[in-house]
Amino acid sequence: MANLGERVLAGDIRAASRLIRNLEDGIPDTDLIMKDIFLKTGKSHVIGITGAPGAGKSTLTDELIAAFRKKDRSVGVMAVDPSSPFTGGAILGDRIRMMRHAEDKKVFVRSMASRGNMGGLSKAVGESIHVMDVLGQEVIIVETCGVGQQEVDIINHAHTVIVVLVPGMGDEVQALKAGLMEIADIFVINKADRDGAGKLYKEVLSVIEMSSRNCGGDGWTIPVLMVESVLEPHKFAASVAALGEKIEEHHQYLVANNLIEARIRNKTAAELNEALWASIMQPVLNELNAEGEFEMMVDQLMKRHIDPYTLAREIAGRYMKRSPCGDGSSADQS
Amino acid sequence: MSRKLRVLIAKPGLDGHDRGAKVLARAFRDEGYEVIYTGCHQTPEMIAAVAIQEDVDLVGLSCLSGAHNYLFPQVTRLLKEEGADDIVVMGGGIIPEQDHAALHEAGIAAIFGPGTPLDAITGWINDNVKPRD
Ligand SMILES: Nc1nc2c(ncn2[C@@H]2O[C@H](COP(=O)(O)OP(=O)(O)O)[C@@H](O)[C@H]2O)c(=O)[nH]1
Ligand SMILES: [Mg+2]
Repeated sequence: MANLGERVLAGDIRAASRLIRNLEDGIPDTDLIMKDIFLKTGKSHVIGITGAPGAGKSTLTDELIAAFRKKDRSVGVMAVDPSSPFTGGAILGDRIRMMRHAEDKKVFVRSMASRGNMGGLSKAVGESIHVMDVLGQEVIIVETCGVGQQEVDIINHAHTVIVVLVPGMGDEVQALKAGLMEIADIFVINKADRDGAGKLYKEVLSVIEMSSRNCGGDGWTIPVLMVESVLEPHKFAASVAALGEKIEEHHQYLVANNLIEARIRNKTAAELNEALWASIMQPVLNELNAEGEFEMMVDQLMKRHIDPYTLAREIAGRYMKRSPCGDGSSADQS
Repeated sequence: MSRKLRVLIAKPGLDGHDRGAKVLARAFRDEGYEVIYTGCHQTPEMIAAVAIQEDVDLVGLSCLSGAHNYLFPQVTRLLKEEGADDIVVMGGGIIPEQDHAALHEAGIAAIFGPGTPLDAITGWINDNVKPRD
């Protein structure tokens, strides 16, 4: 196992893709590998791309890869697609749009299934970003469908967040209200060949003007970029190249204004949270579930024989040995 | 947590008919596999690179153009060169009986003709391919 970490640090793609697999499968003791990797991370610029399914995120990602490769930057992509809630399987199709980069050794694309809402996805994505970071990907693009809290958590791993909107999907303003406003650093109006692109552009601008983040906040003026239709390849490439410039500009802005610290701090705090959850809550839950105790407790609660607060205290008492005076000795009977 | 089977479905070569590949992708998803689907017109080099980056357990190649005798063994050779011959490769499409022996020899673990029922394919996979530990 430890060998796997060394191979990743030596740039072995096969080892890296295996390690990412172990992270998403939650294989025990993978943290023992990640601890060495973590110390060497922090070099990549992480870009999040979110928006409704079909908004054109993968198509944009493909063109962004091309733009970054023109500048000789290595690129990693983490593309998350939903799992089927019925079978647990998934069709991961983001790669179809990116196949022209398949043989480029400086492009590493990884598809990941969301595997329901059981938690752990954001952790796996955050850790996979670390793996790509130590593998030497200078830019890492994370693509997710912007729907739930889980996706917002994932996107918080990014330094620069792009929200993709499409005219005529009807849910733009809804999406804005739903909190995408709070996370977007750059808006993209995609599929400009469609009716309503101009109208949507104005709507988004006016929402931004009303946003608290625009006055105060971090002082970054959230730009709204129109990306030309993919049906006109040259114009499309030019406008995505402009998006690439904007992304770099945002990164430089964060660095120049000491804001990158705050972003990374949030991200790092989230990682500590996730690690604590994985090493404290998860094992406790596993144990309670393995012996059927969890379900039995739910039964008791349903009958109002006991309340969840007393149960929680009882379980905490079982696992957490801490004396009231905090000296760590067994002073439970004090 | 537990391992999920990861499968790459790829269409090497020039033919642009991916109806069958899409049907297969859906059947695999319904069987609980995670399917990476990459569309048409792939070179063996692209397929091998994707299989490795995605850490799949199985590659399903579909070829209707008649170039399987060249394309399929290329994929297994490239995987072997990368030390990734623990990835199982199976093939489908219009593949005459007399080509099967040589393809098996080249490392294609199973070959399914155009009329094969989907559950025969998933049945074979469930019996023969496990997520690699
Ligand atoms: N009309 C039009 N269609 C586009 C444009 N960009 C992407 N598409 C199409 O929208 C569909 C979904 O694109 P995709 O990138 O996979 O979206 P994602 O689900 O957000 O990743 C595909 O059929 C694309 O060809 C565009 O600028 N104009
Ligand atoms: Mg996509």
